[in-house]
Order: sequence, then structure tokens, then C-alpha cells
Amino acid sequence: MVGILEDKDRIFTNLYGFHDWGLEGAKQRGCWNATKDILSYGRDWIITNVKNSGLRGRGGAGFSTGLKWSFMPKEVKDRPHYLVVNADESEPGTCKDREIMRHDPHLLIEGCLIASFAMQAHACYIYIRGEYVFERERLEAAIKQAYEAKLVGKNNVHGWDFDIYVHHGGGAYICGEETALLESLEGKKGQPRLKPPFPAGAGLYGCPTTVNNVESIAVVGTILRRGAAWFAGFGAQNNTGTKLFCISGHVERPCNVEEAMSIPFRQLIEDHCGGIRGGWGNLKAVIPGGSSVPMIPAEQCENMPMDFDTLRGLGSGLGTAAVIVMDKSTDLIKAIARLSYFYKHESCGQCTPCREGTGWMWRVMERMAKGDADPKEIDILLDVTKQVEGHTICALGDAAAWPIQGLIRHFRHEIEDRIALYRSSKGNFAGHSIAAE
Amino acid sequence: MSVRRLAAVQPDSFAFKPETLEKANWWIAKYPENRRQSAVIPILWLIQKQEGWVSEPAIAVVAEMLGMARIRVYEVATFYTMFMLEPVGSAALIQVCGTTPCQLRGSEALMKVCKDKIGPKDKLSADGKFYWQEVECLGACTNAPMAQINDYFYEDLTPDNLAQIIDDFAAGKTPKTGPYNGRFTSEPLGGATTLKDPSLYDGSAARPVKIPNAPEAEVKA
Repeated sequence: MVGILEDKDRIFTNLYGFHDWGLEGAKQRGCWNATKDILSYGRDWIITNVKNSGLRGRGGAGFSTGLKWSFMPKEVKDRPHYLVVNADESEPGTCKDREIMRHDPHLLIEGCLIASFAMQAHACYIYIRGEYVFERERLEAAIKQAYEAKLVGKNNVHGWDFDIYVHHGGGAYICGEETALLESLEGKKGQPRLKPPFPAGAGLYGCPTTVNNVESIAVVGTILRRGAAWFAGFGAQNNTGTKLFCISGHVERPCNVEEAMSIPFRQLIEDHCGGIRGGWGNLKAVIPGGSSVPMIPAEQCENMPMDFDTLRGLGSGLGTAAVIVMDKSTDLIKAIARLSYFYKHESCGQCTPCREGTGWMWRVMERMAKGDADPKEIDILLDVTKQVEGHTICALGDAAAWPIQGLIRHFRHEIEDRIALYRSSKGNFAGHSIAAE
Repeated sequence: MSVRRLAAVQPDSFAFKPETLEKANWWIAKYPENRRQSAVIPILWLIQKQEGWVSEPAIAVVAEMLGMARIRVYEVATFYTMFMLEPVGSAALIQVCGTTPCQLRGSEALMKVCKDKIGPKDKLSADGKFYWQEVECLGACTNAPMAQINDYFYEDLTPDNLAQIIDDFAAGKTPKTGPYNGRFTSEPLGGATTLKDPSLYDGSAARPVKIPNAPEAEVKA
């Protein structure tokens, strides 16, 4: 068998768009089946079962989805409740929510209804990144179908008045951070808010709001239909369920695939992607969870289970399960320097350590990629990453620091070699002390 | 952060075309009555679709329309990098993804094609037809390298593919979107390794199901 998960246990059965994305096709594949029954069991039952399934947020942080829902106020008072779906998929390496929105949009819409009902929200906004124009058009079309079939909207067949709106962004990575997303949805610059208050207390328009990732919401209908125990039966303890993996970089056949959580790295790559380009021995390093997590060198990868807790134990993270594979031909310093440019470009400018630090780190990384640096600067750079990390309102500062820390932790010798090579090619260089004749 | 400024040369005025205005009002209706400001990004985007870029007079019109201070709209237009602040090519706006997953699979070669065929980046071409940029991750990493051209994604590109695409746009054609290496979407090249079980698609999943661990009837909420 290929991989661990069997076809009958896959949630995203139209992941590649080979079948009808529309309402009829989705219903044939089991979507919208018994949704009314699920709602009839009440919100406590839904939240308890989502908790029991062990579903952890698929947007990167890996926080329990059911627990997050339970933070919403129990009673609706003077302010309405909102569900906001984070479809601002911008983490380099990640391209899973895109497949859900263009190929299985009804799973997302159904999940929005169930989640909104569980949190007593009558309105849901899906914030999709601006560049996903086709995906937005497809999602709008699917929502129109759902309205026409009276699955959502006022007086719908499910008995819970519910409006669902698509909103789009303008190309800012930072809007994937939940409070920046809310700012953006309110029509402002996407600059993260200080927490507390948390969105569950004061979110969109100052009202109680829960922000969830597309994948976290889209799996909920199937989890409840098949049972929390079914979902919890995949993966390792505390790392349960199925997961969409996005494998890019130096593999023979890059692809998206739904697999069981905790699948060993080598099996994931060899079963679905045709292996590392040039064979297993040609692997150099892996960024296992999107650009923000530190890389892991090849020797730690072979039997590494792809899940939240294992990867955190290795000083990295599962993040969005966007696996960026780098073979021996990769110039790692250059690859990380390019990520440093990304964070410099995407810093919102609100906190000084990030606004100034990302630019500084990028400039130093560019010099190190050439070798035009002093070996002492490696420690200075590491020190600066520590000064940025943890000293900003949101996690973008951390995300900019971690890839560099990962590089220095595992491949410091490459930077040192690069500097030595550069120096050997120059008769003179900055900092070089010329002996007095 | 990226520093962005409005263009030095600005038109005298901006006016909505009727269909753009209709779309703008459709967006405004999505938000609560006193939250019209929420529509600012979608409306600026509609303006960009109409004009090709966002001008200072357009910013003033949007501010008026949504009851915002001009500076707030200006902030949004300069903060979000999808808003083009100067005129772009009449045939195509080409945005090549340059972030690491695309870089690993050859985006630099794509950018060289753009440079050779169009000219320097972030500048209108001599004939006014093209404008190309290096942009940050567009979220199609398993289909790298790729580019967004006039809204849609062109994936799994080689330099030759991209050169042909540019020629096609120059000739007034609209080349097909999606992967250029023969695959359908993001399945492994040569065929999917999963989702082959025919029972997933025969309608059996649509038959009535009994929800597991459903509560007893009397405790229904």
C-alpha cells in the first residue's frame, strides 16, 4: 500500500479536482450528509466531540480547535458572535487551503455552518488572500449554490440562520496572523493587535470572534459524521487525525497529499513524491512546516514522524505541514537569505525589533551568502535573532529569526567555509589586518 | 517592510464605470451598515481591475464613498502590495514568485526570461505592453516555479514555457492557466498515488448515515 492512510479514510476526496467541485458532486462524496442531525445534537455535543477528536489547529500553531471554540462566551449578549476563517494562506511552502477552496469548497462551507452554530455565530467571513482570484471565484460560486439550495442563509433547512461572506486581502503575509487579519477585515492596515483582549472576547468589530484555519474548519463535518474516535485513530497520541501535506522543493514529484498524522518523513516522500531528487542519500535538509520553522538536517529525518510534538522536540515544528525539501545541490545560506528577504518584505513595521531587525538580518545574510563577512558576525547575527525573537507583538519576528537560527545551529560550518573561501579569493578584505613591513 | 509611494504623475480625476460601481455596492452590502470601511480593499481592487492601477484621485473617491479619511485609504493602498501604484502593461502584468520554494525549483531562470524579453523589473516595458515583478510566495509551492499573470496562476513553468506565454500575450492571446508540465493540478506528476477507490465516488457516501456517539433523544439541545 502507498502511504499509511487508506482512500476510504480520506476527508478531501476531491483534493486534485478530478471530480465535480459543485454541490451535487460534493453531496455524492458525502458532504452535507446528516448535517441537520449534527446540529440537532446541540453545541455542547459538537464542541465535546471536536475536542475528543484531538483536532489541533491546522494553521500552524496546533492549538486544540475544540478548546478554542469553548473560549467563546456561552451566552450571546449585546454583541453578535462571529466566525472568521483564515484563508490567507501565505506561509512559504503552503498550498493546501487553496486545494480545499477550489476543489472541495462545500466541505468548508459545511464546516463553517457547524462551527458557527457551535459558537452561536450567525455570520461568518472567509478571509481569502487576494492573489487567490480563481479560488475566490470558485468559493463564491459554491456559496451561491449553498444559498440556492437553502443550506445556508436565512430560514435555511438546518434551522440556524447563517450568512457566509467571502472577503479578500491585498497581498500581505502578516494578515495570516489572526488579529492582523481582523484589522484588515475592518478595512485597515494589517497590523497585529496586542493581546489580551483575545478575539474570543473582542475580535471583529469588537465582538466575540473565533478565527480558524480553512483546513481546521473543513474537516469538522467529516469528523462528526464519522466520529471523534475515527479521527483520533490516526497518528500518535496528541497528534491525531489526517493532515494535508504540501511537499515542495527537491523531490522527484512535488505534490499535495492527505496522509495520516505522524507518518514517517521518508515514507511520505518515497511513497507519494517518488523520493528525494537523486536518491535518499542526496538529501541535505528539510524545512518541515513552512518557512517559519527551523530546518532539520538529513541525518535526523529518516524515521522522523511528521507531527507537532516530534518536530517540536527536534527544535522545529509541524507548522502548516509544508515540507520544503533541499538536496545536496542547495546553497542553504542563499535559500535562508531569500527567506530573510521575505520576512523583511512582509514585516508590517509596527514593532521596532522586527521592522529594523528583519532588514538587518537580511543584509547580513546576503553578505554571508557571498562569504563577505567576518566569522565573528555569525555570533552577532545569532545574538540579533535572539533579540528579535519574543520581543514583538506577533510571531513574525520569531518566524524571521528561526530559519536563521536553524541554519546556524546545523550548518554553521558551511557559513564559515563560505567566508574562508571568499577570503582566500581576495588579497584583501574588510577587517583584514595587513602586517607592517 | 516595503516602502511604497504613489506615482509622481497622477491623472486629474477618477470615475467608476457603472459595472464597477455595482460590484462595489455588492461588496459594501456584505458588512454591517456602520462598517462600510471593511470594503476598502475589495473596492481598491475593483478600481485596479478597471484602471490597471490605483491613483490618487481614486483614493479620494473611495474615501468619500466609505466615509473614511483619505489618509486611511492611502495607508491601505500603500500597505498592501497587490495594489499597483503606477500604470502597468496593457497586455500583461507578470508576477514571478521568487520565494525559496520557487527559488529551489528555478524561479531565477524565469526572472531572467522576463528580464531578457521585457526589461528591468518593476518598470513598464518600452512598448508599454508588459510590466514584471518578483513577488513573495503566491501559495502554489508544489507547482513551483510559477507566476501570476493578470490574476491567474501559470504553474510548473520552464523558461521556454514562460517565453512562449509572454509571446502569446504580446500577440493578444490568453494562454491557458494551470500547470505546464502535463499534470492536472497538484497531484504527483504521472498520476495520483491516492484517491483511487471507486467507492468514494459512487454515491455510497450520500446514503443516510447514523452519527456515531449521538446523544439520547431527550438530551437534544
